[in-house]
This record gives sequence, C-alpha cells and structure tokens, in this order.
Amino acid sequence: MINNVILAASTAEGGQAAARSAWLVIAIPLISAGLLLLAGRKADKWGHLLGVAASAASFVISLWVFADLLKNGSSDINLAWWINGGFTLDFGLQIDQLSMAFVLLVTFVGTLIHIYSIAYMAHDRDRRRFFAYLNLFVAAMLLLVLANSYLVLFVGWEGVGLASYLLIGFWNQRSEYAVAAKKAFIANRVGDFGLLVAMMIMLGEFGSVSFAAVLPDAAVLSPTTLTLIGLALLLAACGKSAQFPLQSWLGDAMAGPTPVSALIHAATMVTAGVYLVVRSGPIFEGAPGARLAVLIVGAVTLLYGAIVGCAKDDMKKALAASTMSQIGYMMLAAGLGPVGAVFAIMHLLTHGFFKAGLFLGAGSVMHAMRDQVDMRRFGALGKFMKITWLTMMAGWLAILGIPPFAGFFSKDKIIEQAFVAPAGQVWQGWAFGLVAMFGAGLTAFYMSRLFFMVFQGKARWTDDQHPHESPGLMTVPMVILALGSVFGGLILTVVKFDDYLAPALVEGHHGEPVVNAYAIMAATLVLVLAGAWIAWAKFGSAKAVVPVLPPAADGLVRAARADLYQDTVNHGLFVRPGQALVAGATKTDNSVVDGAVRGLAWLFLRTGGLIARLQNGYARSYAATMLAGVILLVAIVLAGRI
Amino acid sequence: MSAASLLSALISASPGASLGGSLGAPSAWRGAAAAAVVEADISIDWVTLSPVAIVLGAAVLSTLVEAVGARRSRDGVAVQPAFLRIVQVGIALLAVAAAGLMALRLALHVDEATSLNANGAVTIDPMTLYLQLAIAACALLGLLVIADRTVQGEDAFAPQAAAVPGSDYESQARRRGMTQTDVYPLVQFATGGMMLFPAAGDLITLFVALEVLSLPLYLLSGMARHRRLLSQEASLKYFLLGAFGSAFFLFGAAWVYGATGALRLTDIAAAAALPSGLDPLLVVGLVLILVGLFFKVGAVPFHSWTPDVYQGAPTPITGFMAACTKIAAFGALLRIIYAVGPGLSWDLKPVLWTVAILTMVVGTVVGLVQKDVKRLLAYSAIAHAGFILTGVAALSSDGLSGSLFYLFTYGVATVGGFGVIALVREVDSQGHMRGEATGLDQWRGLGRRSPVLAGTFALFLLSFAGIPLTSGFVAKFAVFQAAFGAGAAALAIVGLACSAAAAFFYARVIVAMFFEPAADDQTAEFETLADGIGSAGVGIRTLGLNQIAVAMSLAFTLVLGVAPGWFLNFTRGLSQLIS
Repeated sequence: MINNVILAASTAEGGQAAARSAWLVIAIPLISAGLLLLAGRKADKWGHLLGVAASAASFVISLWVFADLLKNGSSDINLAWWINGGFTLDFGLQIDQLSMAFVLLVTFVGTLIHIYSIAYMAHDRDRRRFFAYLNLFVAAMLLLVLANSYLVLFVGWEGVGLASYLLIGFWNQRSEYAVAAKKAFIANRVGDFGLLVAMMIMLGEFGSVSFAAVLPDAAVLSPTTLTLIGLALLLAACGKSAQFPLQSWLGDAMAGPTPVSALIHAATMVTAGVYLVVRSGPIFEGAPGARLAVLIVGAVTLLYGAIVGCAKDDMKKALAASTMSQIGYMMLAAGLGPVGAVFAIMHLLTHGFFKAGLFLGAGSVMHAMRDQVDMRRFGALGKFMKITWLTMMAGWLAILGIPPFAGFFSKDKIIEQAFVAPAGQVWQGWAFGLVAMFGAGLTAFYMSRLFFMVFQGKARWTDDQHPHESPGLMTVPMVILALGSVFGGLILTVVKFDDYLAPALVEGHHGEPVVNAYAIMAATLVLVLAGAWIAWAKFGSAKAVVPVLPPAADGLVRAARADLYQDTVNHGLFVRPGQALVAGATKTDNSVVDGAVRGLAWLFLRTGGLIARLQNGYARSYAATMLAGVILLVAIVLAGRI
Repeated sequence: MSAASLLSALISASPGASLGGSLGAPSAWRGAAAAAVVEADISIDWVTLSPVAIVLGAAVLSTLVEAVGARRSRDGVAVQPAFLRIVQVGIALLAVAAAGLMALRLALHVDEATSLNANGAVTIDPMTLYLQLAIAACALLGLLVIADRTVQGEDAFAPQAAAVPGSDYESQARRRGMTQTDVYPLVQFATGGMMLFPAAGDLITLFVALEVLSLPLYLLSGMARHRRLLSQEASLKYFLLGAFGSAFFLFGAAWVYGATGALRLTDIAAAAALPSGLDPLLVVGLVLILVGLFFKVGAVPFHSWTPDVYQGAPTPITGFMAACTKIAAFGALLRIIYAVGPGLSWDLKPVLWTVAILTMVVGTVVGLVQKDVKRLLAYSAIAHAGFILTGVAALSSDGLSGSLFYLFTYGVATVGGFGVIALVREVDSQGHMRGEATGLDQWRGLGRRSPVLAGTFALFLLSFAGIPLTSGFVAKFAVFQAAFGAGAAALAIVGLACSAAAAFFYARVIVAMFFEPAADDQTAEFETLADGIGSAGVGIRTLGLNQIAVAMSLAFTLVLGVAPGWFLNFTRGLSQLIS
C-alpha cells in the first residue's frame, strides 16, 4: 500500500471527457435507488417517475459515451485505487466495444421496461419499492459490464444477484415466491464460488485481478492453471446464466413480476455469464479443455431448455425454458472462440429485444386475463389484443429465425459456426452443429405452440374473463421492442457488428464449416418450418383441439413437464447429502467446534467480566492500576538494559 | 481563505497580551532551559503558528464575550441575552474552521511552512500540519454536535453547571431556559491545546499544551444536562487521574532533563544518540513521559478512566474528546517516539509492544461484556488505541503514515458515532423527552423506529469493525501491513484476532437495532428490563447541526472506504517530521 503509485483518474488511451463521465451511468440509477428506498412512503407519488428518469438519464449518457467511443476508441479509466500492497485492487471502468454494447442494451431495454412497469405495477402499493429495486438492478448490471477488473465485476455480479433476489421475491407475502427467490440466490451463490476461486488463482498468479493485468498475459500461465480458472469462470457463468447444471432456478424465478422476468431473467442479467466467458476469451483460448466444457454446457442447455419448453403449459415458464435454451446457444457460440463470440454477443443483443418483447407481451396477456398464465386456458386472444398479438408475432418470428427477422441473422450464424470443427476434431463440428440445428427445430415447435395456444384456435377461457388491450404505457414499449425484433438483426449486420466488436476480442481465424453453409441454412429453415407446422397442426388450426387439462403423456413429456426431474436430481444428489452433511457438521459443530468456541467465548467473557471487575468505579483503584502499569513498564525497560 | 485572514487580522490586532499568556511555552521554556540555550529574544513566525494562534485567540475573545454578555438579575440567577449563544457558536465555528483552513493551506505548501518556530518551542513540520488539520476537522464536526439542540431548545449541557444537582437553583435555571455558553470558550481552549500538543518542540511546551487541552476537558466532562451526578463523578475522576498522569509526565521530564541536560526534543535526541552512563535514567524518564501520553490516548493499563468518563460526559463532549484528544495525544506520542526514539528503539520496542497488545486485548475482551452503548464505544476506543499503537510500534515510515491515516479516519467516524448517540433519546410515557437512551436494550428495534439513524450508526460500527468499503478497513489494513512489513508480525496477528473478536460486539449492536423486537413500553418485556433504564430510544428532532456533522463524517467514512487512494497519498506526503 505504501509505494507511491498514483493512478487516480488516469486514462490509458487519452482522457476523453465522456469516458471519464461514464461513472455517472452507474451512479445515477444507484442514487435514485437509494433515494427511493430511503424516502419511504413519502415518495410513493413520484417514485416511479424518478426511477424512469434515472434509467433514461443513464441511457442518454451512455449514448454520449458511445459516440465518444466510436470517435476516440476504448479507454480504461481508473477511478480510485483501493488497496495497493503486494497486490493491487483498483476501482475502475473499462469503456470498450463489448462493454458499451451491453450498456446500451441494458439502459435502452431497461428504460422501456421501466416505462412499461408504470402501468403494469400501477395497482401495487409497493410500486416505489419496485422501481427502487429496478434501478438498483440497472446500476449493478452496468457496474458488472463496465468493470475493468474481476473484482469490480464481482461487485456488480453480486449486486444483480441481490436485485434479482429482491425482485423474484417481490411479492414475498406468498411463501412459494419467497422460496423461489431463495432458490435463485443459492444457485447463484454456487456460481459465485467459482468466480471467487478464479479471482484467488488470478491474485496468486498475477497479484491483480484487473483485465489489463490478467487477460493480455494469460498465455504465460500453464494450460492447467488456465483450465482451472476457465472451469471456475464457467461455473460462475452457469450459475448466473442458468446453464446446465445450475439452471433449475430460472423457471421458479418467474414468480417475480413480469417486467422483472423480461429485464432480468431474459434480456440482461442472465446473459452476464455469456459476457464473462466472452470477456475472459484469452483465458479460454489457452485452455482447450475449459473451452470444450463451455461448448458442452451450451449444447446440453440448449437442448434441455428446448425439451422442457415443449411441455410447459405455464406461459412464463415456457418462455423461461426458451431463455435458458437461447442462452445455451450463446454459450455454445462463446465457446467456439472469437469468431463465435461475435455472434454470441449479437444473438445476445437480438435476443435481448425479442425475448423482452415476448415477456412484455406475456405480461400484457396476463394483464388482460387476470394474471392467468395457463396457456390451456387461453386461445383466440389475437382478436381481442391486436397490438399484443402483432408485437408477439414479431418476437415469435424473430426467435424462430425466419428471415429477415432479428433472430435469423444471429442464430443462423451460430449454427453455421457450430459446424466449424477445430483441426483434427471433425466430430466436434458434426456433434455441436447437429445439436444446434435440432435445437432450432425444437425452438420452432415450442414457440409456435406457445403463440398458437395463446392467440389462435378457440377460446378456452375460464369464466368471467374479459380480455382487453393494455394501456399505451405498456403497448408503446412493446411496439418499440417489436421493431427491434423485426429489424435488429438486419441493422446489426448492415453496420458490420463483427467489425465493430473485433477490437474488444482476441483475434480469431475464420474456419470453414464441415458442410456447405447454404446447405446448413436451408436445412435449418426446413426444420424450423416443420416444427412450426407441427405446432400449427396440433394447437393452431381450426381443427386442433387443445384440452384444458394436460392429457396423459409418455415418459419424456412427463419428464419435460417436471423440468427433466432436475429438482429431483438436485434433491437426491445435493440437497439430501448436503442436508446429511449439514446435520453431521452441525452435530460436530455443536459438540466439538462449538464446545471449543463456547469454551473460548466463555473464557473471553469471564476474562472480560473479571477485568471489568477491576473497573469498579473507585478512582483509587484506577490509580493503583496505573501505578502497577508504570512499575511494569519501567521493569520491562530496565530488564532490557540488564 | 478570506475568513481566515480576516480573523487572523482581528486576532493579531487585539489580544496580543493574552496570546503571550496562553502561549506560555516560550517564556516558561526560557526560564527552565536558560542554561541550555542562551537566547536574546524570541522569533515567532506568526503565519505558521496561526492555526494554534487563531483558536486560542478566539478562545480568549469568547471568554471576554462571556464575561461581558451575561447579566445578573436581582435574585442572583444570571440572565443571558438570546444572541449570546449564537455569538459564541459563531466565534467557535469560525475560529476552528479558519484554523483548519490555515493548516490545510500550510500543508499544501509544506516546504515553505516547515520550521522550528518560536526558537524551537514549536515544531511546524508536515506531520504537525496534518494533525492540526485533522484536529480542526474533527473539532469542527464536534462543535456542530455540541452546538446542536433539540427543537425544544435543550442542548446537552446543564443549564447551570455550578448548580447542585436537584437543587431549586437548578430547576429555576432550567425554567428560565438558561444555557451554559462557557462551553464554547472551553472547547476552543481545549482545541488550541490539542493543536499545539503534537507541535511541541520541547518538553515544557508539551506539558503546557497537555494542561491547556486537559483542564477544559475535565470541566466539560462534568456539565451533562442529564444524569448529572454521573457526569460530575466522571469529571472528578478524570481530573484526579489526569493529574496523576501529568505527574508521571513531569517526573519523566525531570529525569530526562537530568540525563541529558536538555528539554528540547532535538537536543534530547542528539544526547540519546551518544552512549553515556546515564542512559537508564534517560530511558526510564522517556517511559514515564510516554506513560503520561498513554494515559491521554487511553492505552492499557492507563485506560481505567476512559469508560467512566466517556459514559458520564455529555455525549457531544465525549465525541469531541474521543476524536480530538486521541489525535493530539497520538501526535505527541509519535513525535516523542519518532523524534527522540530512533536511538532508543531497542529499549522502547518492548514497552510499545506490551502496551499495544494489552490495549488491544483488554479493549476487545472487556468490550464484549458491555451493556451500555457509550461504554461500548469507550472500550472500542481503547481497542482502537491498541490498533494505532501497532502502527506506532512498527517504527517505520509506513507505520507513521498508517497511524496518521488511522487517526484521521477514526476521529471523524467517532464524532459521527457519538453524534448519533446524542440523537437517540428516551421518551417517557407522557411523551416528554429525557436523556440519552444509552442502554443496549433500549436500542433494540431502533432500525424500525428510526431507520436512517440506525442505518447510519450501523455504517459507523462497520467502519469501527474494519469492514471493507469503509475507511476503518483501509486504516486497519494500513497499520497491520506496516506492522507486518516492519517485523512486528506477532503484533499484527494479535491485532487481527482482536479485530475479529471486536466485530462481535459491533455486530451485537447492529443485531439489536435491526433484528430484535423493540423493548416497547406496552409489552411485559419492558418490565423485565434492568433497573433504571427508561423507555426505548427514539431519534429526536433537533436544529439539524448534529445531523449535518453526522452526514459529513459518514460521507468521509464511506468515500475513504471506497476511494482512499488520494487521501493515503496526501497522508503519506505529510508523514514526515523534522528530526
């Protein structure tokens, strides 16, 4: 700490005013969140407006910073150094192409969802608190992506975890919602453990956890160390992004208000794992084993989510499964190396738009149907909610990957890249390519199923339902997101997103897929159309009969309805042994450790009590203590002399 | 700066004579050490002396205002014009702020400022200026807390401190809404003494400064409005034990003079560097001087007064003296050890180690069993003195800068912490406000009744406990790292263990505030509360000065927890002494 390093507010590449103001992007929503929480009920009247204003201000400033980035290039801003002694821990922000892509997504979609929430939460008496948490989330998420070190990223990482926990359990008067919040938090903690381990290894190896110190020099570490770090980071990513085997919390997280599902559990927070893997690209470059693990996790999750999505009747849970599956695609792409990473981020952006749009549409449907979420009780809503119908149609076509909707440009590229095999590993190209392609077909089926069950076919409503279109505050954000779902992919391709992002990534080389790229595209489209057609035949056409109760089904469907027994597996594999371990540990703790600790505490307290007895209030005994002290010290010093 | 220059102009214009009186150091020194140094006359650089001179001059002015302002009515009870309080508060705030700004200005141009002033009686060097700035900053915050009063017009002090507790005279004074405005000149004298203390260049100045800072504090400790007997007892104890401590100090000074024939620190250092047969005399003398300083910082086993006085004194005074006295006394300690000690570090190390370890352990262990928030913070203050001593005992430049950083941050957080305590009061069943609710039981559920206040206090406690993202963590890190770096690993390990144990009693208060049900008047639980404890504590409404001080110290605590770099550099730049 004592060597004279002055880093305060120095920038690596020029000192642009805009970049140096980037901290405001984080500070404004954070302060707003603090104000809303501290002000209490007094702020109920205007709290939501402040929340929206904070998020919007953040967006405007990030536009400014973005313009600056385009003009002057990236910058690494050290705001303050915190600890500097043997190792360095700084607080700083990194403004580059990757982080700003996230910042714009988070602030733009975030602001839209804030606006939507004004109407959606209008009848909730805790709307102000809701906006405070939303602002807290935005601030933490921005800190996460703007961080210039793993430590600052970790602060944001924990912050979004906290916000997610608070928002999933927002209606914690219902105990199953509170349980869902806890489940999400605990699954995330398992992942956080990975991030902590990764940081400790980095600190040990480099004496720093900043991106600037670790990433460029990652290659000097042995592949074993890099693989360890990579696997630890992957664990973290799995927790945050709901990837196999830590995916079980995402479905339950739908207990939160729907705007939360749209913002946190679809568009932004759950993609943080993808961000982490892409950001740590140099580490995975040097660790083929860890990269393969990323690919496997991505492939498994994308199929897993898709299979679960096919069987869910709860509209939001089907969308959650779809989110899981789509992030599986991103993870797969991130594992493919720098070329794939570009499409991972691109898919992340397009997905941010269409999935947020789909969730807001789902919220609008719930708004119309008295918070009903069972799709078997919907049907024929397209006639009553034209705007919701059209905007969700845009999202549906986008996620299917129908050209020229947004998902086509990003997902098709990921499938194509998945077919690229590393030298001598042709099986990898086939295996991941086919999985990705098959996943696209499944996606088409379950998303079409969802769309048709909700909007087409015959009305299967429960009694006393009067569906109606939602107010403008809700539909306008939906329309804007729908526009993004329609044109987002096209725009990103036209502006050459891959060239834009390249400076933030390690250099990669384009490989050729194991089969012709057009053949892949054609085959994918055929699969997608087939999936959609099956869904139409079963759920959408005039002849289709959708039972209002789930029919008996074979083993796979039953398994899919039960999340492929993930909870049961978790329960058997982790919870039970965990509980046994805890019980054992508690016993040991109570008898052995606590015995020692209590003994020690007892000793401390007794000693404290005894010494306190010296504190008897008599000045004369105080003076005697002092005199004893003087004699002691003089004796010590004279003893040293002799 | 205009206020500062205006004020210094004012002061240098008027009470020249009184300055000579209060700065008795040069003349006393002349008398005592005439044999050592022959001086024709004294050269004083008023600019570098101005932080001290401003405060002491203003104190004299305040005393005059007090003498002129008060009127006596026919029945013998003094009558005060309403503006008296405002004038006194204004003078005090202005003087301390001006002194602080002057110290800051000098610190920023430290190369020009550094000097041996008043023929070596006062040492102006970077460390002095840093400490004077720290003292002025904490005193300013402390003054805001002291000057605050409730919306009903009650401040923390007895309406007439001279009145016998419970007498007719006292109740008359209370009815007439009297206030003891003498508090302000006293605080200014104390502050002036504190600012002179670490600057003292010879033993006589050191002693005079010690008394100038101590005597007003003895008085102030006895002036609490509520629980007056406790307060008066605290005052008397503090005075008796303080006199005892001062006697050791003087005794030691005599031995040192006997061994070296010198009173000036630089001369003593020079003599100490030369081996002579009188070394044991010198070493014992130095230890006795250190005892006097250990007493002031509240180090074990010279700490016994701390809990009683911290508890009995009016809370704003406790905060003021806990912060400022600690800074001043540690400043003097650092000067003695770092200016005189290097030649004798072999002798002083075991002394410092013993006291540091004892202080940390006793402060922590006894803190665990406290049931009163003020006493708890008193033991916390003792433990913190131990932590700072680990930095001092490192005897390295890292140790010096670490201790200085610790002093500043701890001082600010302490004023804030006691400021919060001053705001948490008992309210009886009729809704009348009474004294401070200092029982830990009364703080239960405060988080629900006054969330902002409880949250603020929790943050101060976290800083005391040394939790990251508060200044307390950075400060602890600095001193422990210095100790590790200087081969005092054992000391640092004891410190870490004590920090961990101490976290327990801070957490206990947080748990009480946020996670335990309130001791409500209505519940049966209340009946079982310890004797003498009134109702549950609530945050009260005041003029807002206290809240300003608390907010400022909280901001300081958090900013230095998140971004301490610039301030560490500032501290490091000023961690030098003339030797």
